[in-house]
Amino acid sequence: MAEVDLRPGSLESRRPLSPHLLIYRPTLTMMMSIAHRITGAALYFGTLLLAWFLIAASTDAEAFAIVSSFMNSLVGKLILFAFTWALFHHLLGGVRHLIWDSGHGFAYPQREWLAQATLIGGALLAAGVWLLAFWAR
Amino acid sequence: MVEFALPANSRPVAGKVWPKPEGAKNLKELRIYRWSPDDARNPRIDTYYVDRDDCAPMILDALIWIKSKIDPTLTFRRSCREGVCGSCAMNIDGTNTLACTKGIDDVKGAIRIYPLPHLAVVKDLVPDLTNFYAQHASIEPWLHTSTPAPEKEWRQSPAEREKLDGLYECILCACCSTSCPSYWWNGDRYLGPAALLQAYRWLIDSRDEAAGERLDNVEDPFRLYRCHTIMNCAKACPKGLNPAKAIAEIKSLMIERQI
Repeated sequence: MAEVDLRPGSLESRRPLSPHLLIYRPTLTMMMSIAHRITGAALYFGTLLLAWFLIAASTDAEAFAIVSSFMNSLVGKLILFAFTWALFHHLLGGVRHLIWDSGHGFAYPQREWLAQATLIGGALLAAGVWLLAFWAR
Repeated sequence: MVEFALPANSRPVAGKVWPKPEGAKNLKELRIYRWSPDDARNPRIDTYYVDRDDCAPMILDALIWIKSKIDPTLTFRRSCREGVCGSCAMNIDGTNTLACTKGIDDVKGAIRIYPLPHLAVVKDLVPDLTNFYAQHASIEPWLHTSTPAPEKEWRQSPAEREKLDGLYECILCACCSTSCPSYWWNGDRYLGPAALLQAYRWLIDSRDEAAGERLDNVEDPFRLYRCHTIMNCAKACPKGLNPAKAIAEIKSLMIERQI
């Protein structure tokens, strides 16, 4: 005990920070907030792909062939599907935030429904667009 | 700042497993966060066993049982033991709540108890709430008037009074603010759900005459607008209040006064 420094200044600097993110039980709305940020960041990457596509399309057939072969590969398709999903998920997340900004949907269970609708709606819309694309081919 | 990992001095290590009470048939296991300023060691997680047949039903009862029968050094705040004072707020089974209103049998398996998240720990389950109280004080939670005081009380109609329902009941336990990831990362600048709920409580009080100044005070990218409707606050509140909604109402008032 004698060697322990109990002066107030020293004590405050030694105080540990209590555990937070890793011990908090995840909630759906919290996970959706994180997903909204991640999909938002992913859209930057998706937009780069789109820009690449447009630039190549306006350059020449050779440049377009490179983009086309990448986007038609399995990896390319998976990335494009993820981009589509991120777009719809983020879009519906934005609508959800708009509803909240109007002062509605804060109560239980409405806030859970909104989160579930965003999650399911985003996946359905992304799947729908791809089914439509394959069907139209 | 977003920091997922705890600082090196804050990472809990395995602690002591205290002996099971003798002759007890109905045991409940509790794993409790411990840290003492009296030595230079890291926090640890101690395991205790409570005799359910000898202990009253709430988690606060279990903590008091441990303190009186097993380990008198276990430190926590408590007072009213009925959800009125807000002293025994802590993180139980992953969610912030009051130990006195959460039942032992509401938690399946071992009950994990931590202090309120992302705060400096004074000892064991006692966090430092200085900043939290200062933020509450900063919204000036009292009536502001400029007209001369009436001869008797400031009158308020029943309908005007009703607007304060769902706001005035806050007991300042800090469950909401310390459940909020936004408050974890920016608690020094973001006022947090509890202070903002009270800010709204005074903003819509029909007797208050300082709405403009109150809005000016919170109109700030951090103080108000760090709320990203994560909703942990509304889920954690042991009084069933909805700080997220109150914050949205303040944001609407901000827009309304600009048009």
